[in-house]
Amino acid sequence: MKTVEEIKTAIETAVPGAGVQIVPNPSVSGQHSLRLAPGHAVEVAKFLRDELSFDFLSNVTGVDWPDKEITEKVKVTRTVTKTVDGVETTGEETVEETRKQVQPGCLEAVYHLYSVALKQGPLTLRMRTVNRTDQVELPSLTPIWRSAEFQEREIFDLFGVVFTGHPDLRRLLMWDGFKDHPMRRDYVEPDDFEYEPTAHDDVLKRALAHRNRDQGPGIRDQLAKAGQ
Amino acid sequence: MSSSATDTSIGLAKPEGWNRPPVIEPDGDAELLEVAMGPHHPSTHGVFRMDVALDGERVIRLKPVFGYLHRNHEKIAEGIGYLGSMPFTDRLDYICPLTNNWAYALAVEKLTGQEVPERAEYLRVILGELTRVQNHASAIGFLIQEMGASGTPLMYAFREREKILDLFEELTGARMMVNYMRFGGCRVDASPAWLDATRKVVAGLPGFADEMDRLLSGSEIVMARTQGVGILRPELAVNAGVTGPMLRASGINYDIRKVDGYGIYNRFNFRVPLGDHWDVYDRYMIRLLEMRESIKILEQALKDIPGGPVMDPKAKIRGFRPKPGEAYGRIESPKGELGFYLISDGGPNPYRYRVRPPSLINLTVLEDMALGENVADVVLIFGSVDIVLGEVDR
Repeated sequence: MKTVEEIKTAIETAVPGAGVQIVPNPSVSGQHSLRLAPGHAVEVAKFLRDELSFDFLSNVTGVDWPDKEITEKVKVTRTVTKTVDGVETTGEETVEETRKQVQPGCLEAVYHLYSVALKQGPLTLRMRTVNRTDQVELPSLTPIWRSAEFQEREIFDLFGVVFTGHPDLRRLLMWDGFKDHPMRRDYVEPDDFEYEPTAHDDVLKRALAHRNRDQGPGIRDQLAKAGQ
Repeated sequence: MSSSATDTSIGLAKPEGWNRPPVIEPDGDAELLEVAMGPHHPSTHGVFRMDVALDGERVIRLKPVFGYLHRNHEKIAEGIGYLGSMPFTDRLDYICPLTNNWAYALAVEKLTGQEVPERAEYLRVILGELTRVQNHASAIGFLIQEMGASGTPLMYAFREREKILDLFEELTGARMMVNYMRFGGCRVDASPAWLDATRKVVAGLPGFADEMDRLLSGSEIVMARTQGVGILRPELAVNAGVTGPMLRASGINYDIRKVDGYGIYNRFNFRVPLGDHWDVYDRYMIRLLEMRESIKILEQALKDIPGGPVMDPKAKIRGFRPKPGEAYGRIESPKGELGFYLISDGGPNPYRYRVRPPSLINLTVLEDMALGENVADVVLIFGSVDIVLGEVDR
């Protein structure tokens, strides 16, 4: 199996300006991945399928990376003028400052490729959307690998990534009228279930009466009493 | 179709749109009848719907509809620790809980680099192959049941499945919701008495396979209903991500037990049966032949199983935090390639937990196989995919 570096070089010679980046994986699994630029993803996918024999797309999934607030402490040196005993002195002082920075979030689609012909794999591809709100479009790889059809529909359903070029982009698991995307990290479960009285309420009332009875009269009397 | 993998015609240039279902025109100006098969149809193995458009008896369009059993397993798993998801994996494909446990344990072991003791590997193989035998037996039983043979073959299959489920119960405490495997081993050790009981059950399995073979393979009705029905071309099968017995029935030599050699599968001598007509009968036959190969693996594993621990006593399984990173681990489950994709951010819960469900992805080609067939054959084609809705909808 070629390493990701070799595959990256092969892609860059075949598709000029593809903009492929290697994303290292620090875990012991050693499955490094390639990040594709959405603009060239279909071309690159076609090259991988036809020239490098990655004919089998196994797994497609989404990952949500919400906006992240990074707090970092920076040492700042500044010139301070002090007045000590009526004499002005100018000195330098190093102060620690806390800076907050918001790293914009994105949605990511991850593809795991294998080769059935060469019995190799996996090769991990990733693509990122621009943000999480309005620019959530990614090119669909369903025309290249059919196995992405339902899985990209699932990502559209649960994460809200819009795949352009998908032949049949509908919700897969949630119903059509559903509004939100449940697999996003900031999804809040709705709290608007209406209370509907059911036939059980009558039964429940009688059951409670039964439970609270003193051990004296039998259940028949209790039921008669509850019915009054 | 040759069995060697290099001369399959996959990867060659194809005309545009070759991997989409063909458009079939109704005869003349016939009015189409739209039928919703399901969600409570006896042949759908659960709650699943197929919206079918019919021209007389001929299928013109078929759209599967999912989600009736959706409980967002992945979201639940991201809210609890790594070990907490282990019992929930039993509920994915509830016919084969042990292979689900194995796939999840394998993915976590890939993420953390834990080693599995040898005895535990043997136990995993024994349990995994027993699972495969009982899954294939009941899949064949259901398929024949849907053909109209009410009872006999399914009850024969379930008689054998009972014996295997009794073994599971004795070892793990539960017939189906086993929760047996752990990261880096298995939960409890098998007693010598259990191994003897397993040897006895396995000794009876070849007779069962022969019985099914004699009963069904040459049956005139089975052949008339299944041969030439629901053809799946090999290049489409690979492109659509079809795995498991369905892929091999389409003539592609791809068994993850051989390709990845995960666990200790390299040590066993078994063959990969391949189909050459790519139809429903081939899918039935591949399952029967795979049962026989599984019995071979079981005999070898039960002969060689060594002593020793089933779990590293120092392994930390509860509340552990893997280093940041990601891993994708997959096994050959009886339904196909079952994979787990995990991203760790260093916390006690997985940041992302994804199940690659073979049942869902094998259904991608349901429309392609069913177009142009009679509506009664759709039931058979669907049955030959062998799905479990707990895994499709997750």
